Amino acid sequence: MAEKCKACELFDSGHRACGGCGASLAARLVTKAAGANTIVVSATGCMEVFSTPYPETAWKVPWIHSLFENASAVASGIEASLKKQGRKEKIVIMAGDGATFDIGMICISGAFERGHDFTYICYDNEAYMNTGIQRSGATPYDASTTTSPAGSKSFGNQRPKKDMPAILAAHGAPYVATASIAYPADFMQKVEKAINTPGPCYVQVHTPCCTGWGFEGEQTIAIAKLAIETGLWPNFEMVDGKVTKVKKVVRKPVTEYLKTQKRFRHLFKPKQQDAEIAAIQAIADRNAEKYGLDIKLKKE
Amino acid sequence: MMEITEGSHAVAEAVRLCRPQVVSAYPITPQTHIVEALADFVANGKLDAEYINVENEFSALSACVGASAAGSRTYSATTSQGLALMFEVCFNAAGMRLPIVMSIANRALGAPLSIWNDMQDSISLRDAGWLQFYAEDNQEATDLHYIAYRVSEDRKVLLPSFVCFDGFILSHTYEPVDMLTQEDVDKYLPKFNPPERLDAADPVSFGMYATPEYYLEFRYEHDKALKDAREVIAKAGKEFAALFGRDYSAMVEGYKLEDAETVIVAMGSICGTIKDSIDEMRAEGKKVGLLRIRVFRPFPSEDITKFIKSATHVKRIAVLDKNISLGAKGATAIEVKDALYGSTVPVWNYILGLGGRDVRKKDIKEIVVLAEKGQGDQFYGLRKEVL
Repeated sequence: MAEKCKACELFDSGHRACGGCGASLAARLVTKAAGANTIVVSATGCMEVFSTPYPETAWKVPWIHSLFENASAVASGIEASLKKQGRKEKIVIMAGDGATFDIGMICISGAFERGHDFTYICYDNEAYMNTGIQRSGATPYDASTTTSPAGSKSFGNQRPKKDMPAILAAHGAPYVATASIAYPADFMQKVEKAINTPGPCYVQVHTPCCTGWGFEGEQTIAIAKLAIETGLWPNFEMVDGKVTKVKKVVRKPVTEYLKTQKRFRHLFKPKQQDAEIAAIQAIADRNAEKYGLDIKLKKE
Repeated sequence: MMEITEGSHAVAEAVRLCRPQVVSAYPITPQTHIVEALADFVANGKLDAEYINVENEFSALSACVGASAAGSRTYSATTSQGLALMFEVCFNAAGMRLPIVMSIANRALGAPLSIWNDMQDSISLRDAGWLQFYAEDNQEATDLHYIAYRVSEDRKVLLPSFVCFDGFILSHTYEPVDMLTQEDVDKYLPKFNPPERLDAADPVSFGMYATPEYYLEFRYEHDKALKDAREVIAKAGKEFAALFGRDYSAMVEGYKLEDAETVIVAMGSICGTIKDSIDEMRAEGKKVGLLRIRVFRPFPSEDITKFIKSATHVKRIAVLDKNISLGAKGATAIEVKDALYGSTVPVWNYILGLGGRDVRKKDIKEIVVLAEKGQGDQFYGLRKEVL
């Protein structure tokens, strides 16, 4: 089924996402990987809004949206219902980082603890984009958002990103992965793996947002790639709580990523903020150490 | 078969007989005995349902939303703070036209914290677009669950229902209840067969957003379905009466109204006390009657208007509310006044019994005296030190 659907489109064109929207690409890839025998549960957010203005829908699979924070509870009910009816559809949640890292946290914790069989995809664009770029628990350190603006007394968001994969691994999730739309084959493979693993699985996919981050739409993939190449977005898989696969890179300095986006421009203009950049580099270094991101080049 | 049983257990048994396929609930006093009993049924094979032990009431109802949309008959139960936590989901479930049935063991809302009975919880959700049934006793509390599923799932309605019964006063009281058999209920309540469901074989989108070009029409259709439920309730009530002898076809119930000069309007278990005090007052020569509201949503304006406006013997109406829209009046009084707009019969409102304050026969008699004197629109039975 999954193999066959790589050619078919279950997330239709004509939706209202911005040109260059990373999240819409994630929706397309997820439905391709999941196939037609899937029920999608969306949380309130950009994706829900750009894909389903009544009476139009971009979803060619059964789809439901209830509220902002309850997608995993709704999915729990669907799973129970399907089980009772002896039905075999797969359940995929698609929720943004605000719905996942912040407001949906209780529902997520409950559903993962209960062990329902579903796949939770968090499309992480690192802020509340639907309401106009406010910071979330997924917003990276020093990113300027409308509620964490950089100013004369602030460098933007003062906290590092919450470690959601670790939180869900701690719930006993059998499969947890991070992915990026810059590597579609890897992402789809992870989605398939999650769907085929019984129990609650989590895939957090990095989906750059041209509007919210401040870059031209054609740069989406390049920027997603730079996040991985700088070590700011570690791409890994965890099976039963243990990291089993990591995308290794020859790391580039974080400035190469930061310079591409307006949300970090206060780190370079009017003058370069070396201490702040060093702090962000330290985050990438810690990621590299924690996940073993660095390709060890043989000494010449 | 007649059984002496606790209200919560009688309700749980009625729910079991309705064959819900997904039960999702969270414990909260005084509702807990219902969900404990249902968990026990599932654990012992007496109820073939998926039982989801959720982490709070918000998720309890959210899980029902998912299960109902996927095509299952669903059930939950809550009260008070739990219902308040469900506020957002209540509007959502009704707007998505999902016929969930939920028992409410009515309880006060904090602060101050109170686990005891009044109706502030469900009344505060009167605008959520659910049907609201209110039981006087445990027989009615059980029977209204069969009626609620039947009406909610009717394709003319497709809306969720609250079945409200007073916390502790009914939920924890042992009363004789005539329990139906599985065969009886199967005869009355057909299998759940919604017109649309989440199904990979026939994909539809549920819960899309509506722009200003469409939202108003969604609300109109929701309101219309709730109002159309009046006819469906009447039909479902008549069929129930034909099968089992108890008639719930009317949204209001009259007690000794034929020549009543003072009409008391009330809901719930307090009506038993009111009926007893009416008997005593009538023995003393006072013409008092009761108009009991069984269905608060849709509101039975026409039934109230029909009776009061045509009855020249009615001199005054005393509306007893176990709730208050703070800064205004009790919810029932507001709606009764609205129904009787243009009538010259005075409508007096009494706020009483809040947070479990006991209401006795002598209180009802005192209220009738107050109404006769034209003294109303007040809290009844306040401690002197606050006055």
